[in-house]
Amino acid sequence: MSVEPAASAFQVHASDNVATLLSEAAAGAPLEIVGPAGRRDLTAREKIELGHKVALVAIPEGAPVVKFGIVIGIATRPIEPGEWVHLHNCRSQLDERSGHFDVHTGEPGDNAYA
Amino acid sequence: MPDRAASLVPDRSLGRTPDRVWSGYLRPDGRKGIRNHLLVVYTVECASFVAQEIAKDESDTHVIGFPGCYDNDYAIRLMLALATHPNIGGVLAVGLGCEYTQPHRIAEAVRASGRPAESFFIQEHGGTRLSIAYGKELLASLRARASETAVKVPMTWADLTIGAECGGSDGTSGLAGNPVVGRTFDRLVDRGGSAIFEEVVEMIGLRDLMIARAASPRAAQQLGATYDKMLNYCKAVRQYSVAPGNFAGGLTTIEEKSMGAFAKGGSQPIQGVLRVSERPPHPGLWLLDSVPDEHFMQFGYTNPNDTEGIMDLIAAGAQIVLFITGRGSVIGSAVSPLIKVTGNERTWRNMSEDMDFNASRVLSGELTMDEAAGELMDLIADVASGEPSKPERLGHREFFLMYKHQDVPSLEAGCRV
Repeated sequence: MSVEPAASAFQVHASDNVATLLSEAAAGAPLEIVGPAGRRDLTAREKIELGHKVALVAIPEGAPVVKFGIVIGIATRPIEPGEWVHLHNCRSQLDERSGHFDVHTGEPGDNAYA
Repeated sequence: MPDRAASLVPDRSLGRTPDRVWSGYLRPDGRKGIRNHLLVVYTVECASFVAQEIAKDESDTHVIGFPGCYDNDYAIRLMLALATHPNIGGVLAVGLGCEYTQPHRIAEAVRASGRPAESFFIQEHGGTRLSIAYGKELLASLRARASETAVKVPMTWADLTIGAECGGSDGTSGLAGNPVVGRTFDRLVDRGGSAIFEEVVEMIGLRDLMIARAASPRAAQQLGATYDKMLNYCKAVRQYSVAPGNFAGGLTTIEEKSMGAFAKGGSQPIQGVLRVSERPPHPGLWLLDSVPDEHFMQFGYTNPNDTEGIMDLIAAGAQIVLFITGRGSVIGSAVSPLIKVTGNERTWRNMSEDMDFNASRVLSGELTMDEAAGELMDLIADVASGEPSKPERLGHREFFLMYKHQDVPSLEAGCRV
């Protein structure tokens, strides 16, 4: 039984396989997913912050990550439902620097300061 | 968040007064300003200190300028567009005396627009201290003439051009801040006004969506060509408009950021594409292309910061710019007030002195998207009526301009008018 407070996340488009957190979710928190596809329940597998994304379904490695009904990136490893979807498991189809950023701060790690 | 189907509260979606009228400044070209500012323009970095000192402690005086000694047509066009902007009543152009860009030519163009203008070279006025004193004298005289010639007239939505820019975007921007601004743009256009959005570099992957919004076959051709130029540019410089703060705020890729950014364009047909310093030829929704044209120098990072884009929108005639910031930015703007909109409840609380509008209420279900747009329309009318926006109150008047080429006539596929 989860003791974490519930959080909610918004699924923008019915075809999306991720939803955006409307409040911060702790690991194990019940998630209420709202949006045009209707209401559903999920559990956050890890801490996910406001504005960040949670996987709604299993996304295999190499599969598209869909939000707003469009492909926003490609999964770089298998993603489980309830997992945080971000730089550590999703990359841009265009931006070559994608994958070189700190997953929490976004700080670039691909340029030298010395 | 979708609109609530049935609301128990009174309909706030039309704002307090749907047909508000306020007083503005009629300019000789027929446009109307919501402020009567003076502008000091420096024509090279070497004159910028003197220009800033002239404007210091003058609450109605803003400063713009160009840092380069070698001139740039794009930069001259942009400075002239701002110097003859409806919010500007008079102009002082200050140069060092060595540079290519000529202060007296700027002053002449401003006088031709029906505004008082003066100019001088620092080298002809005895250096820093004497130039500042001379500049302050000229400013006093310009202020007197600008207030004598100011014609106050009634003004309403159809007299407004409003720009939208986002910066410090996060996962809330595409869900709340930008869609609320988009809905506000829809209403402004319905009431006969002009709405302009830019950041073409944040429309990655959206070519078909952009073209589907075109008001005419010509607009569709312009939108397609603008998209293609942008993508070539981004690939060539290997730069995409997504920053560490965006990642920290939950945006994972430029593709994700793009879809959220495009939401600020609302749902009206796009009339066409403006280049920097062009004005909309007729009211409606317009896209502004700030991406450099193909040029052997590959100059001018597009979208180097938010202020550049804001200046481009103001140069197109925007009397107000809506700035959507999820993570919280503390910029304002020279020439036209910025109204800061955030969709992030935490940012609204943490940076309340800087934020004008709390769009996060559509995410909490407190407001529908339409109610939020109604409130934002009210706030726009208040600021247009003379009430200072938060950045104005804090004294912000940021400006940015760098070298760019946007005048290559040979760009193919109909991007050129």
